[in-house]
Amino acid sequence: MSGVHVSTTVNGDAVEFVCPPGETLLDVLRNRLNLIGAKEGCGTGDCGACSVTVDGRLVCSCLVLGAEVEGAKVGTVEGMAEGGELHTLQSKFIEHAALQCGICTPGFLVAAKALLDRNSDPSEEEIRYALAGNLCRCTGYDKIVRAVDAAAKQLATDATKSGKKSKRR
Amino acid sequence: MRYEAPTSTKVAAALLAKEKGKAFVLAGGTDLLVRMKAGMVEPDLVVDIKRIPATQIIKKSDSGFKIGAAVSGASMGENKALKKAWPGVVEAANLIGSDQVQGRCTMAGNLCNASPAADSVPALVAAKAKAAVVGPKGRRTVAVEDVVTGPGRTSLKKGEIIESISLPKRVAKSGDAYLRFIPRTEMDIAVCSAGVNLTLDSKGLVKSARVALGAVAPTVVLVEDAADAIIGTKLDDESLAALSAACEAACSPINDKRGTVEFRTEVAGVLARRAAKIAYQRAGGK
Ligand SMILES: Cc1cc2nc3c(=O)[nH]c(=O)nc-3n(C[C@H](O)[C@H](O)[C@H](O)COP(=O)(O)OP(=O)(O)OC[C@H]3O[C@@H](n4cnc5c(N)ncnc54)[C@H](O)[C@@H]3O)c2cc1C
Ligand code: FES
Ligand code: FES
Repeated sequence: MSGVHVSTTVNGDAVEFVCPPGETLLDVLRNRLNLIGAKEGCGTGDCGACSVTVDGRLVCSCLVLGAEVEGAKVGTVEGMAEGGELHTLQSKFIEHAALQCGICTPGFLVAAKALLDRNSDPSEEEIRYALAGNLCRCTGYDKIVRAVDAAAKQLATDATKSGKKSKRR
Repeated sequence: MRYEAPTSTKVAAALLAKEKGKAFVLAGGTDLLVRMKAGMVEPDLVVDIKRIPATQIIKKSDSGFKIGAAVSGASMGENKALKKAWPGVVEAANLIGSDQVQGRCTMAGNLCNASPAADSVPALVAAKAKAAVVGPKGRRTVAVEDVVTGPGRTSLKKGEIIESISLPKRVAKSGDAYLRFIPRTEMDIAVCSAGVNLTLDSKGLVKSARVALGAVAPTVVLVEDAADAIIGTKLDDESLAALSAACEAACSPINDKRGTVEFRTEVAGVLARRAAKIAYQRAGGK
């Protein structure tokens, strides 16, 4: 079995790797690129712990082959904080105690960011639907939903304050 | 296993045709990768069709909409013209899985995976959709209802790929709808489902209709008697009861922990009735 050579972009950085053709993007990220934020909960698309974006689209990295991201732009939880400053979603998760064991958290953060990128003012129902592909065994979801809601409001306030139309994401 | 990502359907078909071992098309991978992970399939060759330009487009023309085989559920949901013309097809495709699955899943993959409970298929059958198939011997067009022959089985021959799915030209006063029953609100497999597509005449009577049911037989069933029950009516209670009865008569579901035969049969009739009402309203009926 020969390896596939892949050139791609991860969190804005050009990256190259060689992987077996059947290896998932999740395994590439964790085992070859040392980006261990995305987690394997199920490996079958059900839990969302492996959530990343590929060309801006939210996907389960356990259901994407490493070979498929040739030339693509991959975004992971490691790319959310900017220059050591946590993303608003991350600080709101901490503030609202939206995590316990933390296994599901990177997936929820990436999925919540994907939601806020297309809908800056989601209702509680919209938040719950958008996060239906992410499972959490610890929190009971309520705190997560509240943290996402608080982050959306904070981002809106920040945007008004800075006078910019577009919000910092 | 080898991975290939050709940029033309012809080359993809040739690669699949000449492979001696097990060869699979890879679209969104939301079924294929799950089955690979479970060890249910061990491909020798996987041909990724997402680099083929024809599979990536949603095209509106005089003859209707053409939806490439690699177009994800999420991109369908973002296409306003498609959603306006075929809300039932789009809502069915958008019911597949979570937002993460929506980012990848395709209608062609949903069809070729050949699950009796595939959500987009009843809506496609009701819409009279056709699949453009490219194989080593050239092109052919197949009605969507003729693609699946049984659970996990299709009529596609070795090397054949669905390049796109076409929805017919939308005439005025038409509407479609898809409903499924699941015990949860999200992320579940249809216990049973119904897709209805209809067109009204100038008086608001149903001129033509197609009714398709999912998860109540080995393949999606097109129920002509159910369509006949509402043609020429304004969906009065009597014709809706006849539509439900025709749907029930067409059901031959399995009994399992997710639904008994009786439950699936009755609910399929109820869903078809409700979907017909939504389609009627979308067509401008009052
Ligand atoms: C968490 C989760 C939830 C899900 N929920 C639902 C749901 O609610 N409803 C539902 O219906 N399904 C559901 N599914 C199943 C799956 O997502 C859908 O069937 C999806 O539409 C498959 O499309 P795909 O492009 O990912 O297919 P793939 O996995 O790429 O392909 C599926 C099969 O079809 C073949 N194939 C794909 N494209 C073509 C083509 N163009 N020509 C010929 N053969 C082709 C492949 O070789 C493979 O055998 C779910 C899956 C997951 C993981
Ligand atoms: S590990 Fe990918 S969805 Fe669970
Ligand atoms: S915090 Fe433990 S799974 Fe969510």
